[in-house]
Amino acid sequence: MSAGFSNPLPVTIIGGYLGSGKTTLVNHLLRNANGLRLAVLVNEFGELSIDEDLIEAKSDDILSIAGGCICCSFGSDLTAALIDLAKLDPCPDHILIEASGVAVPGSIANSLSLLNEYSTDGIVVLADAETIRHGVEDKYMGDTIGRQLSDADIIVLNKVDLVKPDVLVAMNCWLSKLNGQAIVVEAVQSKVPPEVIWASFLGRNHSPGLHLEANHLGMLTLRPVGPIDVAALAKSLAEGDLGIIRAKGFATSNEGKKTLIQVVGRRWETSPAADNFEDGIVCLGFKDALNRAAIADLADL
Amino acid sequence: MITIFKAQKIITMNSSRPTATHVAVRDGRILGVGSMEELATWGEHKLDEQFSDKVLMPGLVEGHAHTMEGSLWQKIYCGYFDRMDPDGKIWSGLKTIDAVIERLIEAETNMIDPDVPLSGWQLDPIYMNNERVTRHDLDKVSTTRPIGVLHASGHIMNVNSMALELAGLLKPDINHPGIPLGDDGLPNGELKSPEVMTPVGPHVGFDRIMTDCDEAGLRAFAKLCVRTGVTTITDLAARLTDDGVEMMLRVTGEDNFPTRIVPFRFFMGLPPEELIKTVVELGKKSTDRLRLGKIKVIADGSIQGFSARLRWPGYHNGAPNGLWYITPEQLLEIYNLSLAADIQVHTHTNGDQATELVLDTMEAALKENPSADHRFTLQHCQLADAAQFRQMNNLDMCVNLFPNHHFYWGDEHYRLTVGPERAERMNACQTALANNVPMAIHSDAPVTPLGPLFTAWCAVNRITASGRVQGEAEKISIADALFAITMGAAYTLKLDGEVGSIEVGKHADMVVLEDDPQSIGAENLKDVRVWGIIQGGRIFAAEDL
Repeated sequence: MSAGFSNPLPVTIIGGYLGSGKTTLVNHLLRNANGLRLAVLVNEFGELSIDEDLIEAKSDDILSIAGGCICCSFGSDLTAALIDLAKLDPCPDHILIEASGVAVPGSIANSLSLLNEYSTDGIVVLADAETIRHGVEDKYMGDTIGRQLSDADIIVLNKVDLVKPDVLVAMNCWLSKLNGQAIVVEAVQSKVPPEVIWASFLGRNHSPGLHLEANHLGMLTLRPVGPIDVAALAKSLAEGDLGIIRAKGFATSNEGKKTLIQVVGRRWETSPAADNFEDGIVCLGFKDALNRAAIADLADL
Repeated sequence: MITIFKAQKIITMNSSRPTATHVAVRDGRILGVGSMEELATWGEHKLDEQFSDKVLMPGLVEGHAHTMEGSLWQKIYCGYFDRMDPDGKIWSGLKTIDAVIERLIEAETNMIDPDVPLSGWQLDPIYMNNERVTRHDLDKVSTTRPIGVLHASGHIMNVNSMALELAGLLKPDINHPGIPLGDDGLPNGELKSPEVMTPVGPHVGFDRIMTDCDEAGLRAFAKLCVRTGVTTITDLAARLTDDGVEMMLRVTGEDNFPTRIVPFRFFMGLPPEELIKTVVELGKKSTDRLRLGKIKVIADGSIQGFSARLRWPGYHNGAPNGLWYITPEQLLEIYNLSLAADIQVHTHTNGDQATELVLDTMEAALKENPSADHRFTLQHCQLADAAQFRQMNNLDMCVNLFPNHHFYWGDEHYRLTVGPERAERMNACQTALANNVPMAIHSDAPVTPLGPLFTAWCAVNRITASGRVQGEAEKISIADALFAITMGAAYTLKLDGEVGSIEVGKHADMVVLEDDPQSIGAENLKDVRVWGIIQGGRIFAAEDL
């Protein structure tokens, strides 16, 4: 792989305490990769708990998984494992890091920021709806679990079938107080639409509508009418309460520079891009929540 | 063949026969200790009088060190204090940044290949008013050769511009708490955590795996052991890869390898069940001089790095609480599986909350897997209070405290990290003994220099680097300190039946001293001169290395 900065490998960091459903989520994503070649890096304690029927071969501590995906443990040195992974041929399309129960996902994102071959495509933190309130009160682990939730772009509130609706409402409220920057996505058995986990659906593997409907997701493309204040646009998409979970695409700045805009939860970033990309930003959200009119209004910001 | 060594004095550490003048050795083991007349009853023998003006003690046992100290001496020593290298050369301590740069320039001048990185180690700006070294300082040494200098803590590294460039980090817009930026918006060359050192390390001669020694390093490490009187020593956390174990078995198996190494398998990298299986298998490969089959777990970080887990009221300067390296659930699983498989686990804790977690977890594990003689040991355990030592005693746990740390960083703890009261009770050796907790004391080499007699001096005097006595009440007696660096440490390794005292049946492991540690005086304990060692009956003189 070339270490070109315009084409870094996207990485989703999956955090959360023990039992929150990280491994289940990984298996679910491997099952629904839709042709995306995933590389899963499992933390220093994690067993490679991949469902048997998905495994095609095992060698040198790497599991080969149906659809060209792989899974391995990163031992005690994630950075070293990532440096090795970047040398793989063929190169994966997307990386999932399954962090350990004590890992602080923001620190992992910090480490990733130093590797030119990679870019963070979001921090997803799982929370067990039944136990998370006790978790943050735990005398040993409470502050660690709190930090994990605070670092999230997307909080997957898992096992919501096991709590009463009114408890769930209160919990959503509590989570948004704890981390106003994150989008909360509810789930049962870690069944989260893959589109929430990675933005690669906006790239060459884009297959619109394929399972968006089933997941109650909606998508729309915002086409700026001309050069635009790219930072203001990205900020509005992220912070405007528009029902957007993720957004990704290109716009031309007021200075005439082609710019990549990426939004995950309420975090946004812009970076220079090659001129040959067409302007247009794909926005993904839950169908009922997406404020299509308000998003369209941003076209001539 | 029986050899009887005559000594000026033999300190046996065996309370039933505490001192003697002669010791008989056969087949690498101690046949007897006593008077010439008593030992002559064993029959034909050779009398060796070369130590007749020397003092013999049991070979010293270091319960917490890392073989990588040997590998580090392949790099340039940049520490503040004088330190002896494996060849016996004393490297003078460097008191200013300028002196550090000067030594690096001198080393650079002697390097022939222009592409080889220059590496230094043991820098500690704490003693230099915390003045920071920048890439511009190191650029004075070379702008074309990558340079990296590791701090004494092992958690910070300074590099030059070339090193940053090779790692792709000499660029603006870096936003990372571990990478401070200079006025120009570019990294200033300080890398402040292990994960930011990884991308740069290989370019400056620090391989990513800092826990493992290489073959040359292991040999160098053994020389240091001879010079400091150590006949049994741990390598307290190694990955123990197949290749690494093969190398260690081969090197320690050589006829002239002078010490016994006890490597502990680092807990990370495998899920608990596989970890225990792997370590059980490793144990089967043990030889006399390479004792495998034990586990090292790390619960929290370091106090001076503010990554240790503290109980209320936390850090004295208000820093947020530190980091966990393991969850309580995983710790419990490792303890349970290890107790069931008779595998010994030593656990690193620094902060008192980490110690509390280990004690609570141990209590739970022992309910599920009662074990009469587990000797699970708390390593460092620097902030434990009296209640925690009582709990250790109730759980039959051992402790290995860190008096050297008290000397080197005690002032810093008093002033900054934990404040006066807790700083005075750090490494509470006297409280441990008062509560009958089996205790060792250690150097954590390379973090501080290997040298059990220096460690004993630290525990006896509790003097800090600035010369203050800190924690008068936690001083221990010379006798207790000498016990800690022999039998105490041997006990924590379950080797007290084999080494740690000069007593019939044990390995003939002894340290040969020029001075008598029992009479030299507390303040001089660190100055006791080591002539060399006898290990398994083989004689190793420091001056012949």
